[in-house]
Amino acid sequence: MTQTLVSAASGALLATGEGGPGLHSVPATGVFDATWLVIALPLLGAAVLLLGGRRTNRFGHWLGTLLAVGSFFVGLALFSAMLDASDADRSVNQHLWDWVSVGSFQAEVGLHLDQLSMVFVLLITGVGSLIHIYSIGYMEHDENRRRFFAYLNLFLASMLLLVLANNYLLLYVGWEGVGLASYLLIGFWQHKPSAATAAKKAFLMNRVGDLGLAVAIFLMFTTFGTFSFDQVLSGNAQASGGTFTGIDLMLLLAACGKSAQFPLQAWLGDAMEGPTPVSALIHAATMVTAGVYLITRSAELFNASPDAQLVVTIVGAITVLFGAIVGCAKDDIKKALAASTMSQIGYMILAAGLGPIGYAFAIMHLVTHGFFKAGLFLGAGSVMHGMNDEVDMRRYGGLRKYMPITFVTFGLGYLAIIGFPLLSGYFSKDKIIEAAFAKGGTSGYVLGSVTLVAAGLTAYYMTRVMLMTFFGRERWKEAPVGAPADWHEPHPHESPKSMTLPMIVLAFGSVFAGGLFVLHDSFVNWLTPVTGFSEGDSPFSEYAVTGMAVAMVALGALVAYVQYARREVPAVAPQGSFITVAARKDLYQDAVNEGLVMRPGQYLTRMLVWLDLRGIDGFVGGLAAFIGGTSSRVRKVQTGFARSYALSMFGGTALVVAATLMARMA
Amino acid sequence: MNPANYLYLAALLFTVGAAGVLLRRNAIVVFMCVELMLNATNLAFVTFARMHGNYDGQVIAFFTMVVAAAEVVVGLSIIIAIFRSRRTASVDDANLMKW
Amino acid sequence: MSMSADGVAGGVVLAEQLTRTSTGEAVQFWILAAVALLGALGTVFMKKAVHSALCLASTMVCLALFYMAQGAVFLGIVQIVVYTGAVMMLFLFVLMLVGVSSVDSLKETLRGQRVAAVAVGLGFGILLVAGIANASLGSFAGYSGGTSPSGAPAPSGTEGELIAQNRNVEGLAHIIFTRYIWAFEITSALLITAALGAMVLAHRERLTPRKTQRELSEARVRENINLAPLPAPGVYARHNAVDIPALLPDGSISELSVNQTLRARGQVRDVSREPVHRVAELEESGEVWMEQRGDVPTARHEGEEGGEPTEGGAPDGEPDGAADQDPDEAGTPHGDSVAAGAGSKESRS
Repeated sequence: MTQTLVSAASGALLATGEGGPGLHSVPATGVFDATWLVIALPLLGAAVLLLGGRRTNRFGHWLGTLLAVGSFFVGLALFSAMLDASDADRSVNQHLWDWVSVGSFQAEVGLHLDQLSMVFVLLITGVGSLIHIYSIGYMEHDENRRRFFAYLNLFLASMLLLVLANNYLLLYVGWEGVGLASYLLIGFWQHKPSAATAAKKAFLMNRVGDLGLAVAIFLMFTTFGTFSFDQVLSGNAQASGGTFTGIDLMLLLAACGKSAQFPLQAWLGDAMEGPTPVSALIHAATMVTAGVYLITRSAELFNASPDAQLVVTIVGAITVLFGAIVGCAKDDIKKALAASTMSQIGYMILAAGLGPIGYAFAIMHLVTHGFFKAGLFLGAGSVMHGMNDEVDMRRYGGLRKYMPITFVTFGLGYLAIIGFPLLSGYFSKDKIIEAAFAKGGTSGYVLGSVTLVAAGLTAYYMTRVMLMTFFGRERWKEAPVGAPADWHEPHPHESPKSMTLPMIVLAFGSVFAGGLFVLHDSFVNWLTPVTGFSEGDSPFSEYAVTGMAVAMVALGALVAYVQYARREVPAVAPQGSFITVAARKDLYQDAVNEGLVMRPGQYLTRMLVWLDLRGIDGFVGGLAAFIGGTSSRVRKVQTGFARSYALSMFGGTALVVAATLMARMA
Repeated sequence: MNPANYLYLAALLFTVGAAGVLLRRNAIVVFMCVELMLNATNLAFVTFARMHGNYDGQVIAFFTMVVAAAEVVVGLSIIIAIFRSRRTASVDDANLMKW
Repeated sequence: MSMSADGVAGGVVLAEQLTRTSTGEAVQFWILAAVALLGALGTVFMKKAVHSALCLASTMVCLALFYMAQGAVFLGIVQIVVYTGAVMMLFLFVLMLVGVSSVDSLKETLRGQRVAAVAVGLGFGILLVAGIANASLGSFAGYSGGTSPSGAPAPSGTEGELIAQNRNVEGLAHIIFTRYIWAFEITSALLITAALGAMVLAHRERLTPRKTQRELSEARVRENINLAPLPAPGVYARHNAVDIPALLPDGSISELSVNQTLRARGQVRDVSREPVHRVAELEESGEVWMEQRGDVPTARHEGEEGGEPTEGGAPDGEPDGAADQDPDEAGTPHGDSVAAGAGSKESRS
């Protein structure tokens, strides 16, 4: 039934000639019938590996990787089918089954495949498969490897469900699924208290975001009566401006939680407790980009509320700077990369908040970021692998001689992220800066300047990472302060092929992806039917913006060079200015969270416990005690003497007679 | 005099009997005060019979006497039974049903 | 009996209300009411239970007279016969069983009981009196065919005739066996139940099997007590008072001849020595008198028995100087078991 509705709706819209924004899809046919396989394969892997238990230990990692790669190939098949189809036929809806059917509450399980989801499917399965292959080598010595692959497959399945769902309720299922997988993977080394706590923190902060998504779905149902993309995002949905703003702000809250944007950004740094493949896959390329997907998918809803879009851009701007500042002072290589991720996603959110000017660029940057950030993380993992799991960059130095492949791939990723001309990051990031200026008005100038400053800061901290790790004095040869007696220097070595191969593939992507996307505006044209596109009104020309951006990048890199290449890198972190101290402490985000949320929450629970103990228990206990006390006093009336009983009876009779008399006399 | 004076007398006798029940400790004297109360009510009934001009009150008084006699029989045998086992005839000594 | 206010004497006066009683009845009322009230107060306030019973009996007799004055002749007779005669006597029997001399101590054991009882009693009494005074009793119907204050006319039919003819017994019978037949049957069942109940309550279950005559005899032989049959009552009796013991052949008191209860209470009158001493004293005083007069001493009289009754236990008495004076009249010397005659007069407790 839903299919006929969908086709009718899409037919009607097509008939009126409304293309562009607004979601309308055709039913799945031919190759597109296999869309469900994309999700089913990793899900099967997760089920087999988790339910099979230790029996699957021997082949678990192979099975998981195989299924992930298989899912990628199915995605490729879908992609080629989509390339063959015309623009209108590229939006496909596959109804799987009716989920809930109660009166006016209709929910189905169905998949929606269009240009936007296709991009994500390829990114997720592609980068996911590479990381599966990487993990075979990285987790070789871990006895729980099979469980790791089970969780990775579970994550893949949930993320794919998220991007392929055709209604918000099913999207929520995928949303929760990735949150669960993230929790399981961050806390993978359960024996480490820090890992378990970090997993909890991530899950709890995600939960706040999930609340936003839930409220948005509630509002959608109350306003539109449905959650299906076809109806909510058709462009015909009618509601007041305030309702749209409410829904949009709730969706933004959800995105902040999942994508570690301000104010829900505190969990991302701690999430680095998980194994490095996890950080690469989930906290760089895919899960943290779910928020961007949500906003872009809900373009129709956001377009209807300019106020919400402004808030989105502000949030993105704040996070861009936040992440950049924090990243400048981190000595832990993974935490520095995490801060960088936070900042880059800020770029994407900012671009998404710009409306049709920026949706496509947000997704473009998302894809390129997926390549180079995953590559950077895998490279960091490779460095750690060779340095006995040391994460402190002050213990690195001059490693390029010992790990050449890692150095090259990491370096290419580095060049991409800072926006070195002609690499992928250059294209995607500059487009965002342009789009920011193209917004026009004061906000345009502000946002543009913020993005430029952030570009400079990005260059600064990434150069710092690069210099501290691969260049300079080999500080790891000296014993650290307070080392145990049996300390011996690590022997840095290159990682095995299973680890370097994915890194090389990703390096290719970091270099060439951007150029490919910009060629003939292929990427923007690909996405336009879904997100819409407009040029905007930039006060600067394209070349002026590019020039400013390159200048900022050069400036940042130069400052880092002067600080870290020219001078000795101290083995022990120096005191630093108050900004450095603040940045080391993540700009006091934990203190703020504790003060604003945790303490009041604790006080509230303490007060409620006190109320319960004293108030309610006291009341109940007091009532019992009162009754007990009263009865122990009142029972003294039963003296056992018949004469006192006779007296009370007589007194009672007298009262009755008196009452009767009064009744009679009245 | 007003024939209703008998009623006043009955009321007074009843009150005296009730006070006696409360004040005396000897079980038999208490019983006697109860008999006094019953007699007072009998007097009231007979007066009311005269008031209404029929014999219904007298019949009721008659039945009251019958019942009082039966009651005396049983009550006194109870007192004797208690006396046999406890050697006391005081109502205050049977005070075990207490808190 | 009752006459109307306008004093029409004699004849059958029909449909007359009773607003005031006759003077005779009024006088009777005031006197007997005082007596009844005093009797009631006596029942409550007398120290000894027997006195309370007697006061109650007097109240009941007064009430019987009231009933008869009000035209309930049958009821009045029944009151005397059943209530005063049977019920009060039953009370007195039980009093005897329970203890005639037991006296309620004046001290009140329950705190505040007296005050509360008097207060509540007073309040109740005032309430009742106020209630009666407040009731619109109107004028009494009497048995002369008047209407009752509730408006119902005098009863008609058989009942009305019987009432009009002052045939109290037949009237009551008529009503009992027609209108109140059910109550009658029930109360008869009640009487039967009460009688049964009294039997059950007074019954004492044997805890041990009754010893047969043979067993008793065997026990006697074994223990060498009372081997020979006891003498029949009256063989050794000297007096027919229950509390004077019989004398055994050797002059000692036979404990068995006095009721165990009296023995336990110490209410045995021992006069074993006393009449002998009395006689001796009489003889002595006679002799003295005769000597004073110079007459020939007359024949000695055997002293009357049963001199002044003495309280206290028989064997104990106050030693008297005259104890050893009459060893030959005393018969078997009985040591110090001398009941002093003179001294015993003062030993009346």
